[in-house]
Amino acid sequence: MLSEEQVKHIAKLAKLDLNEGEVKKFAGQLSSILEYIDILNEVDTEGTEPTSQVTGLTNVTEGDDEVNCPHSKELLDCSDLPKVRGQIRVHSSFT
Amino acid sequence: MSISEITLAEAHEKLAKKEISSVELTKACLEKIKKANSDLNAFVSVNEESALEQAKEADEKISDGRAGVLTGVVCGLKDVFCEKGVETTACSNILKGFKPPYDATSVAKLREAGVVFVGHTNTDEFTMGASTENSAFGVTKNLWDKKRVAGGSSGGSAVAVSANMCTFAMGTDTGGSIRQPASFCGCTGLKVTYGRVSRSGVMPMASSLDTIGPLAKTCEDAAHILEIIAGRDKEDSTTPEVKAGDYVKNLNKDLKGMTIGVPKEYFIEGIGDEVEKAVRTGVKEFEKMGVRVKEISLPHTKYAVPVYYIIAPSEISANMSRYDGVRFGPAAEKADSLQDFYMKNRSHGFGDEVKRRIMIGTYALSSGYYDAYYLKAQKVRTLIKQDFEKAFKEVDLILAPTSPTTAFDIGENSEDPLKMYLSDIFTVASSLAGLCGVSVPCGFDKNKLPVGLQIIGPQFGEAKILNAGHQYQCATRWHIEKS
Repeated sequence: MLSEEQVKHIAKLAKLDLNEGEVKKFAGQLSSILEYIDILNEVDTEGTEPTSQVTGLTNVTEGDDEVNCPHSKELLDCSDLPKVRGQIRVHSSFT
Repeated sequence: MSISEITLAEAHEKLAKKEISSVELTKACLEKIKKANSDLNAFVSVNEESALEQAKEADEKISDGRAGVLTGVVCGLKDVFCEKGVETTACSNILKGFKPPYDATSVAKLREAGVVFVGHTNTDEFTMGASTENSAFGVTKNLWDKKRVAGGSSGGSAVAVSANMCTFAMGTDTGGSIRQPASFCGCTGLKVTYGRVSRSGVMPMASSLDTIGPLAKTCEDAAHILEIIAGRDKEDSTTPEVKAGDYVKNLNKDLKGMTIGVPKEYFIEGIGDEVEKAVRTGVKEFEKMGVRVKEISLPHTKYAVPVYYIIAPSEISANMSRYDGVRFGPAAEKADSLQDFYMKNRSHGFGDEVKRRIMIGTYALSSGYYDAYYLKAQKVRTLIKQDFEKAFKEVDLILAPTSPTTAFDIGENSEDPLKMYLSDIFTVASSLAGLCGVSVPCGFDKNKLPVGLQIIGPQFGEAKILNAGHQYQCATRWHIEKS
């Protein structure tokens, strides 16, 4: 069971700003999800290796070549915000 | 009958014989979109002008004899596929205004093949959901009953194909997001083996699980599309050097002598009676074709959803951490510090399901909980994978329902995330094992809602499942029924 304090702490780690209503709602929902997940404790995994890659690939490398690299104009065009001297003018973040 | 209703294979034949033009086909699809999209909300953006230009180019290619099978057919792209210069937002406010600087590899391959891109289809935000209700653009409605969901997360793509707004659509499947909506909407949905198709340029959700594939009218169409998009890509290091192709060539192979397994764990309490009946009837159809059917056991099936909801959110919490809302997304309000600015942007930019998954993942990966949750889940994932490996020593393919129910009501599960997660109970296990699977229509319930039959194959067994699906579609007519 996650307390509201724990939810606030997780939200902070996850860089999410939650209001009190959300904290309450998520505490209930996340607790029931985690409770359901606890069923995994009944599985004996002694001596079982973890799986992180399913097709067996390891350490895939490529040459350090410049390929398929968008140019600065294309990258600037990604955003609707105004462009100034080859840079995106973002919203002022804080005063 | 509108020409937008024809399959990809039929369209190719008619285009090659000049019975129709790509411009005519594209116009017919645009007409369908205009007529039905305000009701169904399958497309979140439509590019009429550019689609007609691409169609003209396709017609020139056909005239010049430079055409392939996909030249001139019309495609919808799930809103997570980067299309150069076209706003692509994963149906999230946090990416509002983002115009990708390049095409995703799969999009580039389809473009090269002469496909006409008509617009972007709706999805749950960043593909997180099973109903397309978690979209910043609103819910997609099921064409068979507009009070019901289309399934998800590729719900927009499924409706677009089934409502004949395009010849085929691209989707993504991490835990069932192509197969389940295909099942709910009555089209064919192919989930490929992990790594079979490059994911470069497709917005990631859970990187050890994500796959991309087509939603199409038939398995034959899906085979043609896979021939173009499958294969090694330097831009995606998870695509192995495994030979692709022969998907179309193998379609007509006789299934006689094949053994198919039916897992007993997939016919459990909670599965709808009519779903079970339709799937069992589908299994009988395979027996008529000379296939030997055998009951098998996949004993760790009930752990698949809990494993998935540790592994996927953990990877999600990492993948979503890149979004700061600085260059795209909602205009920021004033904040006290840069940290505060990020937190406010992310809180306004992300919807509830994304927040829930980020938080579960953050919790599971946090110090002191990693072993208990993430590592434990990775170990049980191994056992789930081994279940399938054992099964495939005895059988060639596995048949199962795609989802325990037909399409549910809009709003029915939205307040209970756990209930929503269980909609993927029959698709997540094969995703965790990296297998391929295809959902094909196999009947209807009493409300005339489609039921999906899932054909699961071993890793890189796409030719086998498409062969089986095609033979099934040659013997049945469920995929042709109209809403």
